[in-house]
Amino acid sequence: MSRQLSPDAEADAEAEAGKGSGGVRRRAVVRDAVHRSQLYGAVAVGGFRRYATYGAATAAGVFTNTVFGFILAYTYVALWDERPGLGGYSQGQALAFIWVSQSLLAAAALMGGGFQEEFQERVRTGDIAVDLYRPADLQLWWLAADLGRAAFQLLGRGLVPVLAGALAFPLELPVDPLRWLLFLAAVVLALVVSFAVRYLLGLAAFWLMDGTGINMMAGLVSVFFSGMLLPLTVFPGGFGDVVRMLPWAAMLQVPMDVLLGEGAGAGGAVRAFAFQAGWALALLGAGRLMQAAATRKVVVQGG
Amino acid sequence: MGEVLIELDGVEKVFTVRRRAGLVRREKRQVRAVDGIGFTVDRGEMVGYIGPNGAGKSTTIKMLTGILTPSAGRLRVAGIDPARERMRLAHRMGVVFGQRTTLWWDLPLKDSYGLMRRMYRIPEARYRANLERCVERLDLGELLEVPVRQLSLGQRMRGDIAAALLHDPDVLYLDEPTIGLDVVSKAKVRAFLRQLNAELGTTVLLTTHDLQDIEQLCERVMVIDHGRLMYDGPLGGLHASGAAGQSERTLVVDLERELPPLEVAGARVVRVEGARQWLAFPAQASAAPLVAAVAAGYPLLDLSVREPDIEEVIARMYAGRG
Repeated sequence: MSRQLSPDAEADAEAEAGKGSGGVRRRAVVRDAVHRSQLYGAVAVGGFRRYATYGAATAAGVFTNTVFGFILAYTYVALWDERPGLGGYSQGQALAFIWVSQSLLAAAALMGGGFQEEFQERVRTGDIAVDLYRPADLQLWWLAADLGRAAFQLLGRGLVPVLAGALAFPLELPVDPLRWLLFLAAVVLALVVSFAVRYLLGLAAFWLMDGTGINMMAGLVSVFFSGMLLPLTVFPGGFGDVVRMLPWAAMLQVPMDVLLGEGAGAGGAVRAFAFQAGWALALLGAGRLMQAAATRKVVVQGG
Repeated sequence: MGEVLIELDGVEKVFTVRRRAGLVRREKRQVRAVDGIGFTVDRGEMVGYIGPNGAGKSTTIKMLTGILTPSAGRLRVAGIDPARERMRLAHRMGVVFGQRTTLWWDLPLKDSYGLMRRMYRIPEARYRANLERCVERLDLGELLEVPVRQLSLGQRMRGDIAAALLHDPDVLYLDEPTIGLDVVSKAKVRAFLRQLNAELGTTVLLTTHDLQDIEQLCERVMVIDHGRLMYDGPLGGLHASGAAGQSERTLVVDLERELPPLEVAGARVVRVEGARQWLAFPAQASAAPLVAAVAAGYPLLDLSVREPDIEEVIARMYAGRG
């Protein structure tokens, strides 16, 4: 087999030649971006397919989400009978909140179960060292893989519970397709924020070596502070104001606001997106700093 | 001699280790993991890089791959300064760790290869040709559709080696590529590496504890200890440089009960632990008469023969110098 010019060498040569001409350089930049998106796209597809191979686990998850949904739905019915309009929701909206949030539970990994256990395991066994030798970005790689997973779980574990809920209860869901599109965009941002938080947890394994304890705590925190247990709009006063500003709110409450509540209008949606994107950027940035410290550590210690 | 591919000159790596000394106070200590190493490797060479644990092997490899920056000295791989252009170098090197995998656990083997194609931006035709060659030579044909988690260790290892070669790297770093493999898998891996080196001229730097890996693959060996290069030359010279001379094999015998050190012609007892004893005998000598003599004279339960390993050769080399 003949040794050909590597694609890199081509790119180098092109960059060299393009020093004077912006067009060639721009083409090289565009091609680089295309290659990158193809790589991370392939990683995301892989993430999707990995979870798709576990049919039994998915079925069990759907069952759990549905049962959980029923328990919460009857609790909410009792609660909203007693206090109509609680948190600014009608009973039908409160029920819609439950069933839609059940469909987001697995995708946003609110109770754990995303990539971080695997990531922590790779840290514990030292396999993570191999990842450092690749010409790819660690954080983007895992983000792509986790979004692929989330996409599968949104479809595989999200649709059935909502349908079951809609059959059993009178859900007040919007019919405007634009509203649903905005909601989907908010969900994508929610998934990124959720990833960014869990990436920090995953990196914590470099120092803790075992992530079980911190994962459990994080699960509890996110179930409550995302609004999974009760919509965050229910909490009054200063406490309510604070919990609605925390990153967990961006994972569930904010998308639900876009779908049902105060974030519903175009202006509200923009505010919601800005809130989510702000947290996403801040947390991803923190992840990069922590990643730099963690890799220094693993590189120095061996493995 | 050919073109120089890897070049180190006076390379050092000093780590500052902070240690708790008392409640608040922390002690700083400097550790010289690599202490002024210099060598060159030509394109197409296959070199064994050996030394005891903690000798500085993996620190050197990390500097060669660019994930660690040297504290001092000059280092070039294929003309590239690894620490400054890590990503560019990553496209030109392959790394295989015997105990770690780069493959995607839950997905069929071929999915991981598809990902490699994207990651290394391998042109379609070249990817297909390289994959075909690896599949044929490493006997992967029936494994491509199998999820990686279902592969045996030997199969997975072959899969990992293929993954490291699809982008035609100039240099391949192998860390314990045969660890834990059965005899047949070891032979397959070694044969493949020999062929790879002969046909494509891929430069290989091999770290291992298995003396046979080195004996069968490398004409040149570098020994590192305490961050310094102790030996650089042919493997034969390594044997000779140890004044204790030839290497020895070890016969491990389990007796029915504790006994004083056995007395058998052609071997000497080097260690006794309860009912188990270790007998050293020359590596070239046959174990058969020795086993017969032990079995005839003593209540023997079980036995095994251990091949000399790298550590032992190195230990003898130091003993010879000291």
